[in-house]
Amino acid sequence: MSRAEVDVELSLHTSRRRGRAPSASVLYDAPGPRARRTIWIGSALAAAVVLFLGWRFVYRPLEATGQFSLDLWGPFVDSSNNHCPGAVPHCFDQIWPRLGQGLLATLRAAGLAILASLVFGLALAGLRIQLKHLMTRRYRHLPAPLAWSARGLTVGLNGLTRVCVEVLRGMPVVITIFFVARGLPELGLPPQATMWYLVIGLTLYNAIVIAEVVRSGMEGLPKGQREAASSLGLSSTQTITLVLLPQAVRIMLPAIISQLVVVLKDTSLGFIISYNELLNIGKLAIQLLHNPLQMYFVIGLTYLAFNYALSRLADWTQRRLARGGV
Amino acid sequence: MDVLIERFHLFFDGFLLTLQVCVVAGVLALAFGIVAAVCRISPIPPLRWLGTAYVTVFRNVPLTVVLFFTVFGLPIIGNRAEFLKIHGLDRLFPRLTIDLPYFRLVCLGLAIYTGAFVCEALRSGVNAVASGQSEAARALGLTFIQNLRYVVLPQAWKAAIVPLGTVLVAMAKNSALAGFFGLVGDLSATMQTLVSQEGEPLIPVMIGISFWYLLMTIPASLVLDTVERRRKLA
Repeated sequence: MSRAEVDVELSLHTSRRRGRAPSASVLYDAPGPRARRTIWIGSALAAAVVLFLGWRFVYRPLEATGQFSLDLWGPFVDSSNNHCPGAVPHCFDQIWPRLGQGLLATLRAAGLAILASLVFGLALAGLRIQLKHLMTRRYRHLPAPLAWSARGLTVGLNGLTRVCVEVLRGMPVVITIFFVARGLPELGLPPQATMWYLVIGLTLYNAIVIAEVVRSGMEGLPKGQREAASSLGLSSTQTITLVLLPQAVRIMLPAIISQLVVVLKDTSLGFIISYNELLNIGKLAIQLLHNPLQMYFVIGLTYLAFNYALSRLADWTQRRLARGGV
Repeated sequence: MDVLIERFHLFFDGFLLTLQVCVVAGVLALAFGIVAAVCRISPIPPLRWLGTAYVTVFRNVPLTVVLFFTVFGLPIIGNRAEFLKIHGLDRLFPRLTIDLPYFRLVCLGLAIYTGAFVCEALRSGVNAVASGQSEAARALGLTFIQNLRYVVLPQAWKAAIVPLGTVLVAMAKNSALAGFFGLVGDLSATMQTLVSQEGEPLIPVMIGISFWYLLMTIPASLVLDTVERRRKLA
C-alpha cells in the first residue's frame, strides 16, 4: 500500500469511528454485546440516581417553599396581569420591555467594550512586538549620546508597558471597574456616565488579555516570516501590520472570541456601579415583584443564550481553522 | 499614604480572608471539576450529558448571576450551605461554622462556577494525550479503568497542570466579587468600607488593595509561565 493509500485508509477509519459515536473518545473500544448491556444497565442506574438527586435536592425544596406558584411566575407568563403585586398592577406589560431595555444596555456596553478591547489590544500587541524588536537595535549610525538615549527610551518604554500589563492583568476586573468609577469623576469625567466607566474598566482588562494572546501568536510565528518581510524591504511597522498581525489574529481567533464571551459575561459587573444593565434592572424589579429566584432564572437563561451563541461561533471558527480555511 | 500604615491590619486581615475564600472555594472547585470531568469522559451517556450540561451552563452564565443564585437564592429555599459547617476546619477557617452563611455561600457559588472551568482544563489534558497512547493500551487488553489509571491520566495530568493553574488564578481574581455579596472584611469589602463609608482618599487605598491582590496573582502567574516554558523546552 502506498503512503497516500494508508492516509486515506486512516482517515476513513477515523471518520467511520466518529460517525458512529461523535462524542465517544478514543478511551474505549466500540462496545460489543456484553459491554452494551453493561452500559445500558449503568445508564439506567445513573439516570435513576441523577433523577432522584434532582428531585431530592432541587425539586423538593423548590416545591416546599412554593417557588412554582403562579404568584411568582405570573409577572413573566400571565398576560392578563392577574398575578401582579399591588404596587405594579400591570407587571406583565412592564417587565418584558424593561428587561429588553436592560438587555440592550448590556449589549451596548458589551459591544463598545469589545470594539475598544480589540482596537487597543491589537495596537498594544503591535507596540510590544515593536519595542521588543527595537531592544535589539544598537543605533550604530547615530552619535553616541543619541544612540544611548534612544536605547534608554526603548528599554524604559518596554519596562513600562510590561509593568502596566502585569498589574492590570493581575487585578480583579471588579476592582478595576470600581476604581475607574471612583477615580475618573475626580479627574473631571461626569459622574453620570456609568456606562463609560463600565466600558473603560472592561477595556483596561480585556484589551491587555487580547494583546497578550495576539502577541504570543506573533511570537509563535516562524522567524522566516519577519526575515522575508525585511528582505522585501518592508519597514518594521509594515512587517507587523501586513505580515505578523493578520496571521497571529487568524491563529488566535478562537482564543480571541472566547475572550469576547468573557467581556459579555463581565458586563454583568455593571451592577456594582449601578449601571442599568440586565442584571441591575432585574434587581430593581425584584424589589417590587418579590420573585428573586424566578428573575435570576430568566436573566440567567438570557445570558446563557447569548454566550452560548458566541461560544458556538468560537468552536465553529476553531473547526474551520483546523480544516485550514478561514 | 498614612492609611496604608495606620490601617495595615485591615488590609492584612482582608488579605487573609480572601486567601481563605480562595482555599475553600479552590478545594471545592477541584472536587466538582474532577467529578464533572469523570462524568464527561465516562462511557455512560446520561453521565456524559450531565457533565456537558453542567459545563455549558456555568461557562456561559456570568459569575455574578451564579452568586446571586447561591448567596440570595439558596437561603430562600431553606439551604444555608450547612453541609460546609465542618467542625475541626473552623480553626483554619473560622467563618465556616459561624451563623452568618455568606462565607459558605460565596465559597459554594465560586466553586460551582470554577468547577466547570476545572473540568474543561482536565478534559483538555486528557485530549492532549496522543490517541495512539490509549489505542496501544487498548490493544494490549487494558480495561477502561486500567487505561485511565496507568496510561492516560499520568500523561493528562502533565498537560493539564498549566490550564488548571490559570483557572485557579482566575478564581482568585473572581473572589473579589465576594465583598459585593455580603461577605464582611475581605479585601474588596475593605476597599468599599474605606472608600465609601470612611471617605479615605482613593489613591492610597487603590495602591494598598492592588498590592495585596497582585501579591496573590503575579507570583502565581510567574510560576505558571516558568512551568509552561520548561514544558515547551522539554
